[in-house]
Amino acid sequence: MLEVSGLEAGYGDGRVLFGVDLAVGAGEVVTLLGRNGMGKTTTLSTIIGIVRAEGGAIRFEGAPIHDLPPYRIARLGLGLVPEGRQIFPNLTVRENLVATANRGMEAKGRWTLDSVLDLFPALRERLGSLGALLSGGEQQMLAIGRALMTNPRLLLLDEATEGLAPRIRDEIWRVLARLKEGGQAILVVDKNIAPLLRLADRHYILEKGRTVWSGVSAELAAAPELLHRYLGV
Amino acid sequence: MSGRYVAICVALAALALVPAVATVADAPFYTGLFARIMVFAIAAVSLDLILGYGGLVSFGHAALAALVIGFVSLRTSGVYFIMITLAFGQMVYFVAIGLNEYGGDDGLNIARHSDFGAALNLDRPVVFYYFAYGLLLLFLFLGNRIVQSRFGMLLQGVKSNERRMIALGFPTFRYKLTAFVMAGAVCGIAGALFANLTLFVSPSIMHWTRSGEIMMMVILGGLGSLVGPVFGAAAYLILESVLSRLTEHWQAVLGPILILVVLFSKTGLYGIFALPRRRSG
Repeated sequence: MLEVSGLEAGYGDGRVLFGVDLAVGAGEVVTLLGRNGMGKTTTLSTIIGIVRAEGGAIRFEGAPIHDLPPYRIARLGLGLVPEGRQIFPNLTVRENLVATANRGMEAKGRWTLDSVLDLFPALRERLGSLGALLSGGEQQMLAIGRALMTNPRLLLLDEATEGLAPRIRDEIWRVLARLKEGGQAILVVDKNIAPLLRLADRHYILEKGRTVWSGVSAELAAAPELLHRYLGV
Repeated sequence: MSGRYVAICVALAALALVPAVATVADAPFYTGLFARIMVFAIAAVSLDLILGYGGLVSFGHAALAALVIGFVSLRTSGVYFIMITLAFGQMVYFVAIGLNEYGGDDGLNIARHSDFGAALNLDRPVVFYYFAYGLLLLFLFLGNRIVQSRFGMLLQGVKSNERRMIALGFPTFRYKLTAFVMAGAVCGIAGALFANLTLFVSPSIMHWTRSGEIMMMVILGGLGSLVGPVFGAAAYLILESVLSRLTEHWQAVLGPILILVVLFSKTGLYGIFALPRRRSG
């Protein structure tokens, strides 16, 4: 579904990515792990087109996408839940969800306002509230719901549980498990390894802008020295 | 329907009575003043659409040709957008000054009002008043529909986080350009009404200070509320009319008032008189 090979990118003169390789298959949950500053967020930003790829290739469903503007990439079916949530504070919960809904897909796609609210019942009670007035957890749910409303074929999650209470975190993991059951492909960036070992199929570890390790959950769980060396846990 | 909504409707409906009251009180001056208020309110409402909802600070709003200006200037943002619309506005202004056959700097007197037949002869102040009033209500209604629409939500989303909107699959440039052109067209109608009202056009109505005046009305009335700028226009022009009778330095009084309103209410007069407001930021 998504293939990234030899990806290089950066900001201005500063290169951040020096060769990232990863792939996500249909229905798969894949993680991108690594310490702070190793290029995880930059990788996601480059996939979605906000940061320009300077080398390597990004293919989605077999077609190269690294030269497309971000809005075209999003329309092909990539939905990014960005770090820091970035919901629209001046729109209500309902407006946040419907404003960017992919209408063409809505008829065929699984995600509608109702089904997203079923997934996050907490949002149903706050439909008329401004985004700015939501709690951190509610904002995160809204950010995920907003991305789902575009009916993405691949969901990209950047630090979706960062700064949330453990109870809310569990709620997010529960939702991701449900999405996986429904066949949703997801690429996750997160620092919580334990739940990801259960949830995800495969993992990639980034170190200084390069993919240095990849493997399945069982391999990662059986290699505590990897976690220690690359993730500091 | 909240009390706020009712209050706004009453205030707008009261505007319909102005010519009648002015006639009874034998003070036709007020029909003229309020007609002026209507005209500026239309311009202010149009500016609020892009300023209050789209977050686009335009100083070239008084000039026409929004499509061309927007196409170029919307490629920039922030301070650069302000400067480039200002530059465009001034460019049109100086071109107009140079057009001697249309009066140049002295402006151009217009021999007669627009006459759309017996039913709508803008020569009569009362007819003009209700024509402008009707247009104002129409644009308030349309503006409200636009803001509530998906296009309006996207515009507000662009204001708060344009990159996010692009990453969600929306070419924001097109949305901003559409809003800019719509606002420009409505402002152009306000300009035509203004020419009809004063029977005189001069380049001064294209000067950036005129755009600044309309912006002050929007800010005074309340950004991002559509109806707020109507009150802003009314307050501004009434203050101008009252204060200029007291002193020729009326702007020295108006300035502090504007600062006080902005200081104490982020949402202008609308925020003071019509709390609570649903939208902010």
